[in-house]
Amino acid sequence: MGKRMVWFLFVLMFFLHQDFWWWDQSFLVLGFLPIGLAYHATFSIACAILGWLAIRFAWPAELEKFADSPDQSK
Amino acid sequence: MTTLIVIACYLCLLLTLGFFSNRLFRGTSKDYFVASHSIGPFLLLMSVFGTTMTAFALVGSTGKSFERGIGTYGLMASISGLVHAGIFFLIGIRLWAFGKKYGYITQIQFFRDRFDSDKLGYLLFPILVLLVVPYLLIGIIGAGKTIEPVTAGAFPTFFTNPSAPPWLGGIPPWLTGLVVCLVVLSYVFMGGSRGAAFANTFQTIVFMFMGLVAFVFIIKALGGIENAGKIPARITEQSIIVQDYRFDKKQATIVANEPPRVIGKVLSSESDDIVNKQPHLWREATRVEFKKKNLKSGEVSFFERELGFSFITFVTYLFIPLSVGMFPHLFQHWLTAKSAKSFRLTVIAHPLCIMIVWVPCVLVGAWASGVLQPGIPPPAVLSAMLNLLVGDPILIGLLTAGILAAIMSSLDSQFLCLGTIFTNDIVVHRAGKKRFTDKQIISIARIFIICIVSLTYFLAMLAKDANVFDLAIWCFSGFSALFPLVFSALYWKRATKYGAIASIVAAVLSWLYFFHLSGYGGEYLVGPGIVPAAICFVAASVAMVVVSLATNPPPPQTVARFFPENNS
Repeated sequence: MGKRMVWFLFVLMFFLHQDFWWWDQSFLVLGFLPIGLAYHATFSIACAILGWLAIRFAWPAELEKFADSPDQSK
Repeated sequence: MTTLIVIACYLCLLLTLGFFSNRLFRGTSKDYFVASHSIGPFLLLMSVFGTTMTAFALVGSTGKSFERGIGTYGLMASISGLVHAGIFFLIGIRLWAFGKKYGYITQIQFFRDRFDSDKLGYLLFPILVLLVVPYLLIGIIGAGKTIEPVTAGAFPTFFTNPSAPPWLGGIPPWLTGLVVCLVVLSYVFMGGSRGAAFANTFQTIVFMFMGLVAFVFIIKALGGIENAGKIPARITEQSIIVQDYRFDKKQATIVANEPPRVIGKVLSSESDDIVNKQPHLWREATRVEFKKKNLKSGEVSFFERELGFSFITFVTYLFIPLSVGMFPHLFQHWLTAKSAKSFRLTVIAHPLCIMIVWVPCVLVGAWASGVLQPGIPPPAVLSAMLNLLVGDPILIGLLTAGILAAIMSSLDSQFLCLGTIFTNDIVVHRAGKKRFTDKQIISIARIFIICIVSLTYFLAMLAKDANVFDLAIWCFSGFSALFPLVFSALYWKRATKYGAIASIVAAVLSWLYFFHLSGYGGEYLVGPGIVPAAICFVAASVAMVVVSLATNPPPPQTVARFFPENNS
């Protein structure tokens, strides 16, 4: 998995956010969470996993080096 | 009275924390403004999360869910988890790197350098102030709306003119606003950004913990988690909206209404299958008419409300969280980071923290539709639920302290940031760095912070009945419209000074136009339900691209400074 896969997942998440397929449903998951809320709570967990993947596979290490090097531009 | 004592103790604790952070203050302006780039991962997460979650998150989300239903979570919270984390990763780390290398303290310093334009700073300064001020108002108004109901009856002879008759004797919003402003002012005044980071961390832990405690007590009062799902208002065969239950304070339990209490009727719905549905638990747009009883005169009136959201509104709302990329107070927090690695925890945990805070609030708002009067002001829903369902005054005091914590953890960063940009981008920039000593620079920032706190307090008293959620959305929309500016500055080498100016002008003019159409702060959607932020964003992006391509590219030395990947 590389940067491209992380970008693909990031864009895919925008599509998955538009859950029109459960728009008019109100059944409860686990007896208390309406499906529209349960889906989006799961989506939040998926965002955290995507954040971990981005750090693991697309971390901008070159920016860290750049920030720590002396400024010779001026 | 007990509730009030608990809240007062919490505020005193915060002041103590302010004195403590003052002892760690190193006395330099760099330490006052960006904590000498010394903040680690946990403090960064807590201060960034605490800053982005304000009255909007607790009071606003509960109120909006009460008005519109559970779609509120997908509309603002889950998309924020994705967009915010993406911005921290793509924008935050990059800006931190430039800030550390070139010694920036404010956004404006970065933009001035990136676009080789001094005037850009003078153009951006009043716009940033104009957009941060409504954000500050949200906090002060939210605090006032929260405290009055929970302290009702404490001083019946002193405060005889409440916002609503049942809140007679409660602390009025003007006094709450004043106290909150003074407390925040004192620890920001003393500790600067380090004080704000410590206070934010403490307050974020408090509001997350107390939010969960409140949630547990509300569930218990509603007869358990599974029973709570049955509480929201329901639509009958005759398209009447009823409340099947009520909370009996004497028995301290939920009891069935026999017959169900009629609170309104359905006027129209996008769905054909509405019978026995609880409209707050889905997102189908449904137009309803509710009854409202004036408690003073007993007079019954009617008002219309739309439950749910249209799909186009839901989709275009994704432009709102882009605002985080342009928040000047968040920029300042990013610069406090010790290293780029400090961002890692924030990128992963921010969406989870949003979930922990928002899911309970949205559920409580939806449940409230089944036990509260529909006419209750949305910002007062959370405290009304606490007051109704959680009887213990100590617990209510602690829970209210949690709400205040969420509010103050944003106010501090915003006050500090305005002081910082005024001092560095206007005063020091014009007069030259050598003109002032470090001590004088800190004093100027402190004086400006006092002025801005006073102005904000005065404005909050004028706009005391504004809807916290709608006001926040307008503020976020303005910052979202400026997002193309920061994104182009960081990722498009061809972005020019004139493109940047055109983008800012397009963003501000389109925002002002829609803000005017909204009646200066009301809910406003364009055409089939498009949020104005989406249109402002497109206008600013088009202006940036067209004008940049039509003007000379930036000089090679500027490109070399801000696109280090090319140099390696």
